[in-house]
Amino acid sequence: MSDIVLDVRNLRVDFPTRRGILTAVDDVSLTIRKGEILGMVGESGAGKSMTGMAILGLLEPPGRIAAGSIHLSGDRIDQLSDREMQDVRGRRIGAIFQDPLTSLNPLFRVGDQLVETIRLHTDLTRAQARERAKALMREVGIPAVEERIDNYPHQFSGGMRQRIVIALALCAEPELIVADEPTTALDVSIQAQITALLKRLCRERGTAVMLVTHDMGVIAETADRVAVMYAGRLAEVGRVEDVVQRPRHPYTVGLMGSIPSLRSDAEELQMIPGAMPRLDAIPPGCAFNPRCAHAGPKCRQDVPRIDGPGAACWLAMEGATA
Amino acid sequence: MTAILEVDALERRFDVSAPWLNRVIERKPRRTLRAVDGVDFTIERGQTLALVGESGCGKSTIARLVTGLHSPSGGSITFHGDRDRMQMIFQDPYASLNPRWRVGRIVAEPLRTLRPDTPDSMVSARVDELLRTVGLSPSDASKFPHEFSGGQRQRISIARALAGEPEFLVCDEPTSALDVSVQAQVLNLMKRLQREMGLSYLFISHDLSVVRHMADVIAVMYLGRIVEIQPTADLFANPLHPYTRLLLETIPDLEAPKRDRAPMGGEVPSPVSPPSGCSFHPRCPLAFDRCKAERPLRRAEVHDRRVACFACEEKAHV
Ligand SMILES: Nc1ncnc2c1ncn2[C@@H]1O[C@H](COP(=O)(O)OP(=O)(O)OP(=O)(O)O)[C@@H](O)[C@H]1O
Ligand SMILES: Nc1ncnc2c1ncn2[C@@H]1O[C@H](COP(=O)(O)OP(=O)(O)OP(=O)(O)O)[C@@H](O)[C@H]1O
Ligand code: SF4
Ligand code: SF4
Ligand SMILES: [Mg+2]
Ligand SMILES: [Mg+2]
Repeated sequence: MSDIVLDVRNLRVDFPTRRGILTAVDDVSLTIRKGEILGMVGESGAGKSMTGMAILGLLEPPGRIAAGSIHLSGDRIDQLSDREMQDVRGRRIGAIFQDPLTSLNPLFRVGDQLVETIRLHTDLTRAQARERAKALMREVGIPAVEERIDNYPHQFSGGMRQRIVIALALCAEPELIVADEPTTALDVSIQAQITALLKRLCRERGTAVMLVTHDMGVIAETADRVAVMYAGRLAEVGRVEDVVQRPRHPYTVGLMGSIPSLRSDAEELQMIPGAMPRLDAIPPGCAFNPRCAHAGPKCRQDVPRIDGPGAACWLAMEGATA
Repeated sequence: MTAILEVDALERRFDVSAPWLNRVIERKPRRTLRAVDGVDFTIERGQTLALVGESGCGKSTIARLVTGLHSPSGGSITFHGDRDRMQMIFQDPYASLNPRWRVGRIVAEPLRTLRPDTPDSMVSARVDELLRTVGLSPSDASKFPHEFSGGQRQRISIARALAGEPEFLVCDEPTSALDVSVQAQVLNLMKRLQREMGLSYLFISHDLSVVRHMADVIAVMYLGRIVEIQPTADLFANPLHPYTRLLLETIPDLEAPKRDRAPMGGEVPSPVSPPSGCSFHPRCPLAFDRCKAERPLRRAEVHDRRVACFACEEKAHV
């Protein structure tokens, strides 16, 4: 059996609006293997969350999957009913969002929430499930579990709540975890703890992870491979070391150069002129062409596309943009 | 060098008690939060001092005290410049621009306040010039804030601040809401303006790599106190306080990622009931008895007042 857990082929997500159809995710193809962490980066509005939400079956109408397919360990999941998809989310895909409170019910003790989730997916007794919940809380690093298990979510700090959400996501031993900006709302010294935890647990269990973030630093330290998105499309996909140290797409090159470095003392940061186009104003050809110093005639006509590792750029793919 | 701002033993407390009736019924005591707890620093003319530290450590409260939006509960702030020429840039470029005003009116406002007699034609010429300075176009003056991206809105905030002919700018997380590629545009602009106009900045950020790029001097805060203050190069080459070292550890290094890091544990404690003595002691790997009992101060004989830590003090004496 192949060890590909997530296989996304030519995914397109559309938002029909009064003024026409907006394409938020345009022809995105990705795979994630067992035990692998795929980082998704890109600036605000690039389509990272929409890709994650499409995989989770949580797109809010009028948003919808307009083309492509999504397979989870060989099973097609993009055409399931809401009820079937709810079951897949419970058992086979875990979700972690930026705000831990969206995943926790404020009215229930965290222990009860863990026990309920565990019992939904196993045939453990209540007492056994409670033991399992305690073990999970210990595993994610909650101190004094015996006392804390009966606390309510608001009695925990932001970092502790996110640990509990991770425990909750792991309850059902999912094949895939989609984590959308899981540390963005946390303090910097806590962020590192949470990403290290997520990474360790997934390694130990062989869980595939899609880690969505706008923070290249988090990706560099956590992910195995990275997908860079720009204006709804994939700009570059590759092994983290390659993309960070030898980016090939001009947008990725600019992105890396604009991050203040810990080593360089350059007075000026590198800049990408202009801004990412809005969805209703994506230029023909390569979406990056108005900001690209290498743009040629071909770039203004034909959309460069990738469906595996590489850079979606005519210069990188063909050595010319004429 | 001459100082433009001197802050001495600055304190700000907030009353965070439950409402009076609840206090009486539930017998809860009055509670005070020390948001800023004895802070000293000096900013030299033409330089940038940065405040860094995690959420809730008191950075914005200091910005509000310096600009007069809050009054101090203790200590003093001495500004050796023209009060009318101090301006502030806020974190959120969405909330800080009046959505019903056109950009031209937003940018002109501080100018009209500073020099109410300026004829309209001169005001609009100045607005055009300011918009060009920050990389926008004079035709943008007739648009509304919602027609701009985040980075462009932050440039509008900067143009507005410049309209007040500032000599001193307080910048509270000016790029935290922006993407890195847009952040680079704003930071480059701020540096260029400083070079060209000799501006002084109080620059607030939680991002140490941004601060390293922008600041001449960095003050590291923890729970309302400055635990370390050093010139930027020295702070990065030779961090003294254990908390500073923890923060430096957490900066991802793109050139040499620490992929198997073992991050330091612990949580940021509540500022309402901070730990006794050195408030960092529950998380500090070097903590010893004295740290729980006594508050460390920045002392002249310990690294020239650069650090408040007993472990550094003992080392400095041997
Ligand atoms: N209901 C909607 N109608 C129309 N467009 C939408 C809707 N929801 C989202 N979009 C658009 O879809 C695009 C992709 O958004 P998405 O949330 O995936 O971005 P992102 O990469 O996650 O950004 P961020 O870093 O800000 O979270 C954006 O341009 C957004 O404006
Ligand atoms: N008006 C207020 N009333 C009560 N408490 C306040 C008030 N303003 C700030 N505080 C508290 O003072 C402390 C310092 O807040 P401040 O906003 O200065 O932190 P900060 O360092 O700017 O944090 P952040 O990085 O999150 O912006 C926090 O604990 C905050 O909750
Ligand atoms: S395809 Fe052309 S415009 Fe697009 S990134 Fe490559 S060179 Fe630049
Ligand atoms: S004073 Fe003590 S607890 Fe505080 S930082 Fe120094 S060694 Fe650590
Ligand atoms: Mg998102
Ligand atoms: Mg603040």
